[in-house]
Amino acid sequence: MSDDLIFNIVANLTKIVLFTHIGLVLAAFMPLVERKVSAWMQDRVGPNRVGYAGILQPIADSLKFFFKEDLTPRHVDRVLFTLAPALAVMPALLVLAVVPFAPPVEVLGREVQMVIADLDVGILFVFAFSSLAVYGITFAGWASNSKYPLMGGVRSSAQMISYELCLGLCVVGVFMESETLRLTDVVMQQQGNLLNWNIFSQPIGFVIFVIAAFAETNRLPFDLPEAETELVAGYHTEYSSMKFAMFFAGEYVAMWVFSCLIAVLFLGGWAIPFVSQSTFEAMGNWGSLLGMGAFLLKTFFFLFFYVWVRFTIPRFRFDQLMHLGWKVLLPLGLLNIVLTGLVQVLMGGE
Amino acid sequence: MAIVVDRRKLSFWEELYLPAIAEGLSRTFKQMFEPTITLQYPEERPVIQDDYRGAPGLVKDQDGREKCVSCQLCEYICPPKAIVIIPGEAAGVEESASSYDYSEIEKAPQEFYIDMLRCIYCGYCEEICPEEAIFMTGEYELNAATRQELVHDKPRLYEVGGTRLDPIQKWKHKNTDGGGAH
Repeated sequence: MSDDLIFNIVANLTKIVLFTHIGLVLAAFMPLVERKVSAWMQDRVGPNRVGYAGILQPIADSLKFFFKEDLTPRHVDRVLFTLAPALAVMPALLVLAVVPFAPPVEVLGREVQMVIADLDVGILFVFAFSSLAVYGITFAGWASNSKYPLMGGVRSSAQMISYELCLGLCVVGVFMESETLRLTDVVMQQQGNLLNWNIFSQPIGFVIFVIAAFAETNRLPFDLPEAETELVAGYHTEYSSMKFAMFFAGEYVAMWVFSCLIAVLFLGGWAIPFVSQSTFEAMGNWGSLLGMGAFLLKTFFFLFFYVWVRFTIPRFRFDQLMHLGWKVLLPLGLLNIVLTGLVQVLMGGE
Repeated sequence: MAIVVDRRKLSFWEELYLPAIAEGLSRTFKQMFEPTITLQYPEERPVIQDDYRGAPGLVKDQDGREKCVSCQLCEYICPPKAIVIIPGEAAGVEESASSYDYSEIEKAPQEFYIDMLRCIYCGYCEEICPEEAIFMTGEYELNAATRQELVHDKPRLYEVGGTRLDPIQKWKHKNTDGGGAH
């Protein structure tokens, strides 16, 4: 094997381990954040018994998940029932492959892109895999062979199909501007001036994307597949132990992935306002670290935003959800594309 | 006849929802910095009011005399039938312990059980007691490893009730006011 090949394998494995683990660790800590933030918003204290101020709660929770009995009800479809939790986690982790985390770093005199796979069709890959997540939930609902999970599964498929469309449409605007589907290039174009961020040229797209991201990840106000109050936890009613934890992890990883995508597409990825790409390059690997910090900060804000919104807005009714998806967001998404095109023509674009 | 309610037409701004959501978000964000009202229970205890209806208990008066005369009215009134009394003869009060003559009291409970698993904390027993011998106390932590432990017997009931200073001292006045005439 040549040195290049070995180097590439090692570099890629390192990136895979690093990025997926950031995701998984976040998935473990997000329930704590969620409980703490909700507690503060409701004048409570939240978990405060395990470790200082409850900081070790995720470890206690995970241990509990490991040691619980993994119960498989007799009435379920065993194959799909076992497959579903895996399908809920995998798509979210796979999407991480195309997310650019930081400016390239230099290791042993070689440049390493801080993205696991710098695909030419990055965003298409994202949509291809993130829409697979619906299978996890639908299979879980179907395989459970009981009524509430099935309702959750059916709702989930309807919801995901509706909002996937809006998600795609508002991204079209971004790519009409950047003229590339490669996420690294999209980030590069947003460097420098704060106004280069796509949020300023695509405000409608940004709002639609954020709303649709909530629906895609089944978060409140669009958590109809889960809907504790009406569906008894929906599609994962029949699950226990680690299988249940997998759905949890899948949801939180998906939340983080969508936060990453929002940051990449609309908030300039690792861009820091008024710090040009050449400054990052001049700082070398420290610049990359700084960029990664900025990027993670943006994603953390959106993770907080998810929680913040959850404890502010009540759940939509199912028909309201469909109305919003098809009659409001979809036309707005189309309008956004037309407007973007118009502006490009009027500004004398190529 | 169906009544048609005129609904106010929402303005464009209101129909957008987003301004309202932003308002809600700012509300919840501000709330994050408000002081918490959580009571850290095992370490901090709530203030129990005097009229709190906790576990019922039997009381003794200032002479350490048991006041219950086992009339069984509480047993009779108790809605969930939690109380069981086995009446017995009054043991009589030793001379040194009391300055009054309680010779007119003939009965005292031999056994007194309150099944705390049945008790509904209604307070009827306290209300009906002619001797003011049973009271609802501030005791609210009832836990046990067995069901039997939660059937409070006489010693446990006196432990819960304790001693209560009796402002009326019915039997004392019956004697000194040339009483004895029921």
